[in-house]
Amino acid sequence: MTRTSQLTRSSTAWLAPLRRVEPGDVMTFRDATHRRQWFEQRLEPLMDRLYGTALRLTRNPDDAEDIVAEAVVRAWTRLDKLRDPERFDAWLFHILTNTFISEWRRRQSRPRAAADSDTAAPDDLDADGFTLFQQLHQPFLLWWGSLEDQFFNSLLQEELQEALDALPDPYRVAIVLVEVQGYTYEEVSGLLGIPLGTVRSRLNRARSLLQKRLWQQAKEVGMAAGHTDKGGQKP
Amino acid sequence: MSPRDLSCEEVIERLFDYLDRELDHQQTADIERHLSRCRDCFTRAEFEKRLRARVAASGTVKAPPRLYRRIGSLLDRFDDDEPDRSH
Repeated sequence: MTRTSQLTRSSTAWLAPLRRVEPGDVMTFRDATHRRQWFEQRLEPLMDRLYGTALRLTRNPDDAEDIVAEAVVRAWTRLDKLRDPERFDAWLFHILTNTFISEWRRRQSRPRAAADSDTAAPDDLDADGFTLFQQLHQPFLLWWGSLEDQFFNSLLQEELQEALDALPDPYRVAIVLVEVQGYTYEEVSGLLGIPLGTVRSRLNRARSLLQKRLWQQAKEVGMAAGHTDKGGQKP
Repeated sequence: MSPRDLSCEEVIERLFDYLDRELDHQQTADIERHLSRCRDCFTRAEFEKRLRARVAASGTVKAPPRLYRRIGSLLDRFDDDEPDRSH
């Protein structure tokens, strides 16, 4: 590792590879320093993804930091239970997800929060089946390039994040778990404790809502000026 | 199961299942065969892939320095509190 860890308090060089464990065995470390170095060496490259994922799930920088810090501490205290060191990344992200879900459920159990999180803005209620592609696609190639290319070239990451963050909780969480974290529908069903059909319907709704918001943003910046909405969708 | 020629409607209906890797090997092969032959469906699939990649990228955000410091300090506290775990 060439760069200095932002986490360690000592700058001792990496000492030795972890002893590979047999099935049923637990990971062992030569000493506490070795354990800490092993953990930090794997944690540091994941920090931006951990924070970004937590930010998309919570929508709030302070909450995201809380979730990441809690997940990292949980992982640190349970490190001896990690069976396969190669699975450290997936294991840590799983802890992060469960940490978020526990907190989310706790907040949802508050009557006002639950009501807020499940309510879509009135404008969103007619978004079912909306596809951005239908709005942008031209069956012929324009001389300056396709509208799809123009859309992607002008779409700022901040705008996309804003559109994601604007999704009501159940839809945002579903799309982040699948498209950002790569969970299968069955895993999402297990994590959230909802039927598989509900996972599918939330994902469909999330995608329609997201694409409709992106289309509205594109129109606001004049990208689709003079371009009429297709498919009978409201502008 | 033998390969099956899918209609454009069937492909679009299963497109997100395909992109989310929720289909079995045969269904995936059927979709990919159709995409290799149908320009319209291929274009749609590429559009959704590009958007999906942008959504995935939104899950990476520079972690603030104070978060590094906070975690470092939490781990220090555990190191100080816990007995040596070495075996």
